Amino acid sequence: MNFEFSPEERAFQAEVERFLADHLPRDIAEKVHRGESIGKADTERWQAILNDKGWLALTWPTAFGGTGWDPVQQYLYDEAAWRAGAPRTIPFGLNMLGPVLIAFGTPEQQGHYLPRILNGDDWWCQGYSEPGAGSDLASLRTRADRDGDHYVINGQKTWTTLGQHANKIFCLVRTSSEGKPQEGISFVLVDLDTPGIEMRPIKLIEGGHEVNEVFFTDVRVPVANLVGEENKGWTIAKFLLGHERTGIAGVGLSRQTLVKLKEVAASSRRNGRALIDDPLFAARIAEVEIDLAAMMITNLRMLSQAQGSPGPEASMLKIKGTVIHQTLNDLARRALGPAAAPFPAEALAGNHALVDDTQARNAARYFNNRKLSIFGGSNEIQRNILTKMTQGARR
Amino acid sequence: MNFEATEERRMISDALDRLLAEHCDVAKRDDTAFNAPYSNAATWQALSEMGAFAALATEEAGGLGGHGFDITTVFERLGRALCCEPVLPQLLAIQLLSSAGSDRAEAAVTGNARYAVAIDEPDTWFELEPLQARATSHGDGEATLNGRKSVVYGAPAATDLLVAAQLDGRTALFAVDASAVELHGYALIDGGGAAEVYLRDTPATLLIADAETALHAALDAGALALCAEAVGIMDVLRDTTLEYLGTRKQFGVPIGAFQALQHRFVDLSIEIEQSRSITQLAADRLAKADGSRTVSMAKNLIGRTGQLVAEEAIQMHGGIAMTWEYSVSHYAKRLTMLDHQLGDRDQHLYRVMAGLRD
Ligand SMILES: Cc1cc2nc3c(=O)[nH]c(=O)nc-3n(C[C@H](O)[C@H](O)[C@H](O)COP(=O)(O)OP(=O)(O)OC[C@H]3O[C@@H](n4cnc5c(N)ncnc54)[C@H](O)[C@@H]3O)c2cc1C
Repeated sequence: MNFEFSPEERAFQAEVERFLADHLPRDIAEKVHRGESIGKADTERWQAILNDKGWLALTWPTAFGGTGWDPVQQYLYDEAAWRAGAPRTIPFGLNMLGPVLIAFGTPEQQGHYLPRILNGDDWWCQGYSEPGAGSDLASLRTRADRDGDHYVINGQKTWTTLGQHANKIFCLVRTSSEGKPQEGISFVLVDLDTPGIEMRPIKLIEGGHEVNEVFFTDVRVPVANLVGEENKGWTIAKFLLGHERTGIAGVGLSRQTLVKLKEVAASSRRNGRALIDDPLFAARIAEVEIDLAAMMITNLRMLSQAQGSPGPEASMLKIKGTVIHQTLNDLARRALGPAAAPFPAEALAGNHALVDDTQARNAARYFNNRKLSIFGGSNEIQRNILTKMTQGARR
Repeated sequence: MNFEATEERRMISDALDRLLAEHCDVAKRDDTAFNAPYSNAATWQALSEMGAFAALATEEAGGLGGHGFDITTVFERLGRALCCEPVLPQLLAIQLLSSAGSDRAEAAVTGNARYAVAIDEPDTWFELEPLQARATSHGDGEATLNGRKSVVYGAPAATDLLVAAQLDGRTALFAVDASAVELHGYALIDGGGAAEVYLRDTPATLLIADAETALHAALDAGALALCAEAVGIMDVLRDTTLEYLGTRKQFGVPIGAFQALQHRFVDLSIEIEQSRSITQLAADRLAKADGSRTVSMAKNLIGRTGQLVAEEAIQMHGGIAMTWEYSVSHYAKRLTMLDHQLGDRDQHLYRVMAGLRD
């Protein structure tokens, strides 16, 4: 075994760092470091810079305009990007739909949609969940009835992340009510400008707007927008849910969050000394640092062992990664003491005597990130998947 | 032993529940909780008329109660209703003014004077020393104050402030007219209001020259009140979660049919009973010899279980509890942020640790 990165990997890392130093806009990096949310314009600006370099679609093969990087390279990039203050790229087109189209799409669909994702022509959102179908996605009821060369869609999707910025949505819809619930589901691409679609905002726990509900009333979608075979969408759904492997552990983001946590603990005072010198609090930081060090190796180990389509290791990484990230958020909130309470955090922005701008949103971030263990298949559902796997292995 | 509440306290409980049901509709809570002055005059008036503040004060101070169990009775109900009125600072003020033997106590007990208590500073939380705010005495109890007080709960709605500041190397307590200070008010993430308070040669009246003992006693009462508020919130979150486990269906069954959730719900219920017990113990001991240490035990346990209950309630609900519209999110926020008031779990753990050899 050798836990040092190879000379080639280190050279790659240096190249990434150089690129980020030269090309990541300062104003965007500063916003990221301050913990502000990054709007649509800045996200698109940064994605365009990455696309020029050919570094936007980390997981795609080069034939489709991706990087073709191996998992270790993806990891090295991810970590360097967070360190530099790069904003996250929007996963729906890049990490979800892109791989689906590469695996299941027709050459026409690939030729049309993949470049549009890279160029920023389309902003995709994900229409899986419904009010009655969360963990049990197969019970979804949004219907797509065939009418000539169109589907007519009726129903409701919910929790649509960043749908307010999107012009397209990929949906799981019911095309047949026969057989097992999983069997009558199809995967279709829908233009959000189609008549009959209405999107309404949902306000989240910390007061922000990042999710929406989407209502479909007699929405006509060309049959050409079906991906894969009719009634075989469940295979695609599962492929997609398991796919986002490199990012899922969130090691790069968590390492950056740990740096921020140490900063706030060094600048907050309790009992006449810096919080980072307070044994109780220091112990908690140290423990999560230990968990994260182990997680980094677990992540790399699993990524380098996993071949082809992602397996249950994604579930392990999701559970551990979300818990570590939530713990970091928790400590960062607590490190502020009473100064964590003001809402919105902007109430105190610029008021450095109380709380640094970069930390002012710690409590909001803590509450918002309770979502990490709920979405993308809750941690309970991940445990169910792992249980099936381990019991399968025993038999 | 007797674990029954007295007839009087049961009556206060019931009356408060009725009043809060009428005045503190959770669905309409936003109007008060996130808009200055973060208090509703009619609710405050109603609380004062039904004797909620009087229950927090002893007879000498012009009240009708003042025992630990009176405090927990009132605050548990406020917690259940998720009431964001600044009753906590009023409790602290009533305690402090009666320690001072001040004739201001009466107006605090009737609720006619509305108090905020300013102790924490940007660099000094949960502690009385070393405070940076300083007093200059002008004789006759008159003084001027300079300094900055941070996250002063209830200040945007207050008519009067009680301010802790250094006088001749000691922590002293002063009364200040709220209109005489510069206030920078804001809503809190869990609703209700607070302010940054700037003291610049602010005229003040000395109430207690050596105020540490009185402040510690008042802060103990306040910490106990927060524990009781937490227990009230936990009960609501437990009931709401149980109800949801029974009605939300996934995979063709109520999610409460999954053992993974059943056992966690049971663990949660155990922790809530533990929280209730330690709070009752602290209520009984308040103002007795080991009162401070017991209150700290309670505040530490509440800090830990409060976060657990809030997080588990959200997790077991799934996405719906992440929304502003569904009340669980607001209960969870309040329960979590309680730990940021009057000493968090670590601060109180240090106090319990300090007494390990006694
Ligand atoms: C902020 C946010 C953003 C989201 N973004 C999107 C998006 O862009 N697109 C999209 O399609 N969806 C999105 N989702 C939806 C998300 O995927 C669902 O919330 C999630 O799948 C859980 O479903 P639910 O909320 O209906 O909870 P439920 O399925 O009702 O679950 C409630 C609780 O029961 C547990 N549970 C359920 N079944 C079992 C079981 N068999 N065993 C043990 N425990 C179980 C769950 O783990 C959870 O704790 C988002 C959600 C949130 C909160």
